[in-house]
Amino acid sequence: MPTATETIKDLALHEYKYGFVTDIESDVAPKGLNEDIIRFISAKKNEPEFLLEWRLKSFRHWLTMVEPTWPHVKYPSIDYQDIIYYSAPKAKSGKPKSLDEVDPELLATYEKLGIPLREREMLAGVAVDAVFDSVSVATTFKKKLSELGIIFCSFSEAVEHHPDLVRKYLGSVVPYTDNFFAALNSAVFSDGSFVYVPKGVRCPMELSTYFRINAANTGQFERTLIVADDDAYVSYLEGCTAPMRDENQLHAAVVELIAHDHAQIKYSTVQNWYPGDKEGKGGIYNFVTKRGKCLGVNSKISWTQVETGSAITWKYPSCILLGDNSVGEFYSVAMTNHYQQADTGTKMMHVGKNTKSTIVSKGISAGRSNNTYRGLVKIGKAAENARNYTQCDSMLIGEKCGAHTFPYIDVKNNTAQIEHEASTSKIGEDQIFYCRQRGISTEDAVSMIVNGFCKEVFRELPMEFAVEAQKLLGISLEGSVG
Amino acid sequence: MIALDKNRAKTERYVADYEKIEGEIAAHEPIWLHQIRKEAISRFQELGFPTIKEEEWRHTNVTPIVKREFTLAGAAAIDSLPDTIHHVTFPDSDFTQLVFVNGFFSPRLSHLNSLQDGIRVESLAQAIACDANALEPYLSRLGSYEEHPFAALNTALFRDGAYVHIKKGVVARTPIHLLFISTSPKQAVVSYPRTLVVAGAESQATIIESYAGVEGEVYFTNAVTEIAVGENAVIEHYKLQRESAQAFHIANMLFYLDRSSNFASHSISLGGSLVRNNVNAALNDEGIECTLNGLVMAAGKQHIDNHTYIDHARPHCASHELYKNIVDDHATGVFKGKILVRRDSQKTDAKQTNMTLLLSDEASIDSMPQLEIYADDVKCTHGATTGRLDENALFYLRTRGIGKPAAKNLLTYAFANEIINRIRIDAVREQLEQILRERLPFEQND
Repeated sequence: MPTATETIKDLALHEYKYGFVTDIESDVAPKGLNEDIIRFISAKKNEPEFLLEWRLKSFRHWLTMVEPTWPHVKYPSIDYQDIIYYSAPKAKSGKPKSLDEVDPELLATYEKLGIPLREREMLAGVAVDAVFDSVSVATTFKKKLSELGIIFCSFSEAVEHHPDLVRKYLGSVVPYTDNFFAALNSAVFSDGSFVYVPKGVRCPMELSTYFRINAANTGQFERTLIVADDDAYVSYLEGCTAPMRDENQLHAAVVELIAHDHAQIKYSTVQNWYPGDKEGKGGIYNFVTKRGKCLGVNSKISWTQVETGSAITWKYPSCILLGDNSVGEFYSVAMTNHYQQADTGTKMMHVGKNTKSTIVSKGISAGRSNNTYRGLVKIGKAAENARNYTQCDSMLIGEKCGAHTFPYIDVKNNTAQIEHEASTSKIGEDQIFYCRQRGISTEDAVSMIVNGFCKEVFRELPMEFAVEAQKLLGISLEGSVG
Repeated sequence: MIALDKNRAKTERYVADYEKIEGEIAAHEPIWLHQIRKEAISRFQELGFPTIKEEEWRHTNVTPIVKREFTLAGAAAIDSLPDTIHHVTFPDSDFTQLVFVNGFFSPRLSHLNSLQDGIRVESLAQAIACDANALEPYLSRLGSYEEHPFAALNTALFRDGAYVHIKKGVVARTPIHLLFISTSPKQAVVSYPRTLVVAGAESQATIIESYAGVEGEVYFTNAVTEIAVGENAVIEHYKLQRESAQAFHIANMLFYLDRSSNFASHSISLGGSLVRNNVNAALNDEGIECTLNGLVMAAGKQHIDNHTYIDHARPHCASHELYKNIVDDHATGVFKGKILVRRDSQKTDAKQTNMTLLLSDEASIDSMPQLEIYADDVKCTHGATTGRLDENALFYLRTRGIGKPAAKNLLTYAFANEIINRIRIDAVREQLEQILRERLPFEQND
């Protein structure tokens, strides 16, 4: 009979299920990065002049920056000239007009991933935008959404059809000068999703994007921009996978959210990039900048993330609470195994009056992984009556892993009320014993306990994805408990 | 590069100070100590003064110290304590008391009459001169001048300080009070007090360090305290910092704890314009219990920064930490508390709490409670709260006929008292209660 520790170990040893490679001819740019490559990307996408200018400005600024070294992660230095910055599945004849025209191989890939686009369209009522390597492949449900005035399309399409909106909001939350990886992304971003929800519209369905890195040696640099106008509501979900490869691949995305008066944006992520093998070889470097701006009064931005993949995860979905009475939320489950490293958390910048933020972070580390929560709660001088509640819990499975908490609390206004709590625990032998007494196998018991540990976060996920996230966590844990 | 050169230029003054005293060091001190000092000064030159770009110093800007030209303090002969700092002694108690003026031992002001057998309390300079071999295993072996520029500076430049040695199994009957006073009536001076406490196995003692200065005078105290606690020893340490409101105070405290020892440190910060305490506790063996308490009361334009670091290097140890900040007026408080639990330090029980009370609109606090954990069977928690006085509690007191200022002071006093109450020596506790009551008057006169 396996002991608790053995079962934990087994769970931890599971194989990556999404590691297949799809054999599709791709249109790729040569390796390396220079102004010509940026012009090449821009030309490929028929971009207007202002965007090319912006890219070049970003690139020139990027050249002056140095890669930051402060996170609690270790990786060999990245050769930015050894990356392919553009890779698109070769289309047979121009852009696909509908799903029927999409390369069947691509569709099969998404079937394997468990996102049957068609089925989703019909049954689940989830509108999906799928990004394959660097190019958006298909967007479902476009028609129904456009009847409501909602724009949900790939970033390239948005540039083509709604250049004014793009121009107005692009870089308004994450300027290209923000950080090293945001600057890099601004220079070379290839595609992503764009959502605009007009005044007073409540988006009737979950919008969703699936990202996949397929080609070898490519980096994925997508850019997501979501704007919710006054009184609008939108819930958005992204999921990610990548094939198994020995080399590390870079993923440096930028996500910008803008919420106007009384608007609400809910952004959920299930991140399952390839985490590398048991020896820590390969895997995705997930260096992402995500930030939301609560621009209007009574606006709300809520981040929910389930991070199970990537060799290194380094991201801090943040909220700038500018509008009075605005609310920021961050719910996170980060699971690391083997040699994975995660340095994740959030920043809540309270600027407006009566702003509130809630942070709930659950970190689970197994194997030889390291899991760090790093967060900033900043209360500005004018932020009267700001309120923050932070809870960070860590669970350690096995004795070779690490769990760290680095919160920063900066308060410049004495009407603020700030609470921070953190705890660290492991699954007790007594808990496992209790479950086993009741005829529950060790593996199920661990899965149950871990799910219970994460319940506060899963509750925040849209229904369909909560189930998926629970399963994913189960798989990630497979064989690691006993 | 330019910034770096500028930083270099500022360090040159201090290097020149070192060169001035090096001849004397070479003549009177053993080679090993000279060697350490040489390393320390070159390390200081390499490190330079920290800037807010460095993570450890991001909230504390030492520019006011860097740009001021301090004169290296020499031995000052004074016959009696200045009246203004008389209150920092404990006249009614039988404490062993050593007084240091600008870092130099002053035998006239000290009284060592009640010393027991097995306890040595003396000037560090004297100990180096007579019995350097006894110091060699401890002095600066514990101090991390490698990382901290100010600790490096102290190591290179200290001339005197306190040396306390308690023999195996000896229980000190009275607390040992080390009083460091600064006086710089003519020009701003810098002093480098150094304290070394070696507590043998199964010994028990209480050490009180006081820092005070003449009110209104500008000076810089750069202190290093090293305490080595032997097996099963029980040591209590108090640091009462009551520098002048214009003074700069930077202190590195390093505690090395051996198997099954019990160590408690209480740090009370009341004075100084720019204050930084680095508290380092290394739990080097099993079964250790370590307590760190701290109270900060900052007002005016004071900046008080406490960095604590608890290193759980071995299994089965417990640490408890409670730091409270009361920040008023334009003052700023900083707290960074790190708990490191190393691989295989199983059964660690670490608890850290940081609470801050902001009394004015302009006061601010930066709090960074941190956990870094590499072992799974541990109990580690930290908590941090920030806020102002509870409106309901205030209202309750006011309904009972207590005026608003008195009610505020009463609640603030209660907040601070949680730390004061933990002080086990009556004389110290009473004195601090007295100070608090003066600062926070709540007795109704009418």
